[in-house]
Order: sequence, then C-alpha cells, then structure tokens
Amino acid sequence: MASHAHGDNYINCEKGLWSWLTTVDHKRIGLLYMITVMTFFLIGGIMALLLRLELFAPNAVQGVGGVLKDGNVYNQVMTYHGAIMVFMVIIPGIPAILGNFFLPLQIGAKDVAFPRINLLSWYCLMAGATLALLTLFFNKVDTGWTFYTPYSIRTGASTVLMVLGAFIMGMSSILTGLNFIVTVHKLRAPGMTMHRMPLFVWALYATAIIQMLATPVLAITLLLLAAERLFGVGVFDPKLGGDPVLFQHFFWFYSHPAVYIMVIPAMGVVSELITTFSRKVIFGYTAIAYSSLGIAAVSFFVWGHHMFVSGQSETAGIVFSFLTMLVGVPTAIKMFNWVATMYKGSISFDTPMLYALGFLFLFAIGGVTGIMLATLPINVHFHDTYFVVSHFHYVMVGGTLMSLMGGFFYWFPKMFGKMYSDSMARMSFVFTFIGFNVTFFPQFILGAMGMPRRYFDYIPAFEQLNKISTVGSWLIGIGFVIALITIIQGLRKGEKAPANPWGSKTLEWTVQSPPPHHNFDVEPVVTGGPYEYR
Amino acid sequence: MSTDNTHAAGTAHVAHHFKDATQQYESGKQGIWLFMMTELLMFGAIFVAFAIYHRLYPEMFAEGSKTLDWKMGFTNTLVLIFSSFTMAISIAFIQKNEQKKAIFALATTILCGAVFMVIKYFEYMHKFHLGLFPGNFIDVAKIGAEHANIGMYFGFYYAMTGLHGIHVLVGMGLITWVMIRTIRGEFHSQYWIPVEGVGIFWHIVDLIWIFLFPLLYLVG
Ligand SMILES: [Cu+2]
Repeated sequence: MASHAHGDNYINCEKGLWSWLTTVDHKRIGLLYMITVMTFFLIGGIMALLLRLELFAPNAVQGVGGVLKDGNVYNQVMTYHGAIMVFMVIIPGIPAILGNFFLPLQIGAKDVAFPRINLLSWYCLMAGATLALLTLFFNKVDTGWTFYTPYSIRTGASTVLMVLGAFIMGMSSILTGLNFIVTVHKLRAPGMTMHRMPLFVWALYATAIIQMLATPVLAITLLLLAAERLFGVGVFDPKLGGDPVLFQHFFWFYSHPAVYIMVIPAMGVVSELITTFSRKVIFGYTAIAYSSLGIAAVSFFVWGHHMFVSGQSETAGIVFSFLTMLVGVPTAIKMFNWVATMYKGSISFDTPMLYALGFLFLFAIGGVTGIMLATLPINVHFHDTYFVVSHFHYVMVGGTLMSLMGGFFYWFPKMFGKMYSDSMARMSFVFTFIGFNVTFFPQFILGAMGMPRRYFDYIPAFEQLNKISTVGSWLIGIGFVIALITIIQGLRKGEKAPANPWGSKTLEWTVQSPPPHHNFDVEPVVTGGPYEYR
Repeated sequence: MSTDNTHAAGTAHVAHHFKDATQQYESGKQGIWLFMMTELLMFGAIFVAFAIYHRLYPEMFAEGSKTLDWKMGFTNTLVLIFSSFTMAISIAFIQKNEQKKAIFALATTILCGAVFMVIKYFEYMHKFHLGLFPGNFIDVAKIGAEHANIGMYFGFYYAMTGLHGIHVLVGMGLITWVMIRTIRGEFHSQYWIPVEGVGIFWHIVDLIWIFLFPLLYLVG
C-alpha cells in the first residue's frame, strides 16, 4: 500500500488546498460543507449565547443594555442568529455534509450524478453566505430571519443584500436536491432496488423533492422583495396597494416545507442509528420509507398555520389547522417504528445511539407541542410567545442537531479512518442533552405565562425562569466545546478505525475507512435489504 | 446491465462515475428536466402574484396593458417560436452527423434570440421615454394615469419580462457554447447530451414567453 505515489484513500490521494477547492469528489465536498457549516454554527451559536446573556436579567435589574448595547442590537443579533442557523447551518447541515458523503456510498455509486454541479452548489452556499454576512459591515439587518413586509421594506437598505444572499443559498439547496434525486434514480448499484435502499437515502430523497419544489417559490419571493426595496413596485407594500399577507403566504409556502428539509434527513439518520445499535432489523421499513414521502407531500398544504393571526380567513385557519395535524400521522408512524425496532433488540449505548435516543425524547416533545400549536384556538393564545420559540428549538435543535451529532459520531470512523474517545463524546451528549432541556423547557412555561418572543426585555415576574434558561445555554455551549475537543483529539491521535466498527450492514461499511477515491474498487452487487441483522 | 442498449449516445465521453453512455444520457436528461421544473415553479409563483393583483385591480391592469404594443409582442412571439424550431432541428442534424447544417441552425437560433432582445430593448426604451417606470419611479401626475398605483403594473411588467429576458440572454450564451463545441467537432451521432439539454432550456424559456405574452399584452 505504501508503494503508491498517491495515498490509497480520498483524503490523501491528492494534496494541497487547491486540490480541495477544485475537487469534484462527493466525499471531499461533504468535508468542505462540514468545515463551512461548523464555522457558521460557531458564529450563530455565539450569537445565541449573547442573546441568552442579555436575557439573564430584566433591564430593570441590570440596567438598559446589560450585555448588548440596546434593543436594536438585540434585534440584529437575533436576526443573524436565526438567518445563520436556518440558511447556513440546519438546511445544508445533514444533506450537504452526511448526505453528500454517504448517499453515493450507501447505494453503491461512485459519485453523485453531477459532481461538478455538486461543487458549484458549495460555492453557491459560500457566495450567498458571504453576501448575507457582508451586511454586518453596513447597516445591520434587524427584520428577523423571516423578512416580514412591510417592516423589511422600511428598515435599513442592506436587507436587499441579505435577501440576495439567501437567494443564492437557495440555489445551492436546489442543486443539491437535484443531484440527489438523479443519483437515487439512475446511479444505484445492480440489485439495489428502491426498496433495498437504506432509510437515510429515502429520507434524503424525500428532502430533495421538497428542496426542488419549495425553494423556487422562496427565490421569486426574495427577488420580489428586493424589487420592492429597490423600485417600490408595491407588490408587498400596503401603502402602494400591495398585500403584506401575500408575502407571508409566499414565504411560508417555502419555509414550512423547509422545516422538513431540516428534519426529514435527521429522521433518516436516526433510522440508521436505531437499527444498528439495536442489532435488529428495522421495524416497518416500508412504513418509514413512505412516511418520509408522506411528510413531504403534506408539508406543502400546511403553511397557513403560521398565519392564524395574520388576517387570513377563519375557514382557511380551520383547514390549515386540520391539515397541520395530519403531519403528526407519518411522524408518529416513524416514532412507533423506531421504538418497535428497539423492542427486544440488543441495544448498546454507544455515543451515536445516545444521540439517537436524545433525538427521540426531544423530538417527541417538539412534535407534541407542534400538535398543540396546530390547534387553532391554542395557537391564537400562544402566538408569538416563547412557547413557539421553545417548540421549534425542540424540533430543530433537539431534533436535527441531535441527529446531526449522532450521525457525525456514527460515521466519523468511516469519514476519517480514526476512532474518537467514546467517554468524551458521551460527556458532550450529557451536557448538550441536559443543557438543552434546561434552556428550552422553561421557555414553554414562559410562553404559557405570556412572555412574547423577540423582545429584549421582560417584566420581573419572568426573571427566575429566564435565569435558568440562560444557565442552560452555557451547558449546551460546554457540550459543544467538549464535542469539538473530542473531534480534534480523534483526528490527531485517534486509533485507526476498522472498516466496520459498529457491525453495520449498509454498503458504506464494506469499504475501507477512509473510503478509497472512487468508493468501490469492485462494483457491489446487492442481494438483500439494508438491515439484515436478524 | 444495459451495455447492449443501442439507444442514445454510444460510448464517447462517458464520465468516470457512469457505467455507460446510456446511464449518463438518462441522468443528464432527468437532471435538465428537474431543473426546468424549478424554473417553471419560480415563474409560476410570480404568475400567481400577477393573477391575484389582476383580480384585485382589474381596471388598473387594463390601463397598464393598453400602453403595451401587442404588435411588438406578437412579433417577438413568432421570433421565439421560430427559434425553438431551429433549435430542435439542430439536434436532429447532429444526430445525423450533418454538423454544418446544425451549426447554421444554432447560429439562426442565437440570431433569433438577439432579434428578440433588440425588439425588447426598443419596447423598454419607448416606455422609458413615456415615463412608464416601475414602482416609485413612475410620475403618475406627469403621465396622467388614472390609477395612483399603476407603478405596480409596471413593476410586474418589468419583473416578469426582465426575468424572462435574463433567461433569453443565458440561453443565447449556452447555445453559443454548444455551437462552439459543435464547430470543434465534439458532438456527433454518438454524443449530443449538452445540445439536447440546452435545447430543453431554450424551449422552456420560449414556453414561458408564450404565457407572458397574452397575460401582459392581450388580457385587458
Ligand atoms: Cu410551519
């Protein structure tokens, strides 16, 4: 092996920064995304800590601007925290990092269908993110990540730049989705029928469909918003005869399905983890696979639940309320199947499994509070309170981020050919899991008590719970620092990883760790399902 | 697998991650169609917005529509339909290894695109001359418009035709690119995926215009 002039795996087969910036290898592009997303996560995370710090005590106690200068700065930090976490972290997160790396490997392909477009989509993300973050040097955006009109038309002009950045990041998302759909349809190895694909691939496939169908609508909405700012065309401006509620319709037509762009891949990862660490064939393979498509389908008919108090008709409200509850059906199907998979399995609590169990726990809370919020009268009461904030953090952080971490620790040995310290990784889980609940559970209570979201101050009655919440955010911070140290230590002096450290059954574990440049030296021929444990 | 499949694109130019030319051809084609679907959805959303405001302000949209010259729009429609035809036959010529004719057809397509853009340019210039700008830039008193928010109509007009015009320009660039590659002899009866992909793009851009034309120029 050592006699090769070039190394024998995808990492050492070529050297130098240039070879990484021009790579068309899906595995290397996955790593490019990993570095990018981790950086954005760091920035967005620090902003979250700042927001929580500002809310540690009401201004009556700590004086106006305890940490952040004033309410305006708070609004700005909140906007960037939201925009960064949504557009640059959670949406690209699992599909672009783990999906890019493992979708071709799991279906026995040498690469995605369009490797150069795959690289282009990374550059789109970089260009869009650069544009969006450039606004930090002009007048900072303070609209919240939703850019609601008419406020976004009146406030600082750099909103245009931010919106164009989001437009270009949307292109990145579309191109990734396109690549995945064609790869799944056309590049499967012999014998790899659709119903033998790992459930992670099914999840990515369902996600890609949403990316392709929803993102174009966001694209035109953002362009119209830019036109609104630049030319005052009036489409979304009530002063000029336009309808700001139309903006909300367009925005949520994308952004509600986008919630499933964030969470369906997470469900895919969890399916892999649960079956692997229960050493048992997954329960209800077909149900889990098709429920991903079911969620994708329903996701396009529920956007109005964001607009119960925006002046849409009562009939629309009732219909959207009912349709939103339908999402609970395919989601619950998945939950019960995961639990049934664990039943009488021989479960081992390795780090990835801990994260998967954390996902189940947190996502159950996030999902059930989602049903509560879907209920029209309850929503009117909880609308724009911390109850909503807590709900979607339970789904996006408790769900997606837990799953991303679990998936990352699961595939880390494959990606880098090294093992990490299991005890350290478990510790990171304990801190993030406990910290998460300490941070966000009090916010349910705060919301129920009536604390509105997005405010930089609150009445003294809310102080105790806010203090607890802020302390929780420190625990999450510590958890991620431990995770980062674990990763760096693993990369530097981790033991060499075997090809299949967890005894998994899917194709990516049949090749060496890290995988060779072209994935498979001999094209695999598939003869059975993906999880044939027992 | 399907190596004995004589369909499509032969053996030339197969990228390393494809098994054979057929797989590559089918992937490329599916990719292009999926991409075109996103284009249709993007334009679809702005059509929806147009329909909503058309229904809210029918008189205002009628007033705006009257300022458009349907003869110019109609000429452009014919030009684009003809260009779709020349685009289609260029692929047929390449499949028959008649590259000279194909190059001529592609050049005609580009020329049609240019004619379209020139006519569009004169339309825009005429509107600017009359002071018919989008949104805030319109001086309602000066042009004597009945409806104070007429700027919204022109907002739609410029947004829709502008976005379409950008697609025409991109299409012309893409056709130039496949024409140069045809001149270099890279396309022949065994390999023509990029020409077909660009062709599909061009047809969809034409199709969008065929919806834009009646919506903007004819529906009063
Ligand atoms: Cu929603």
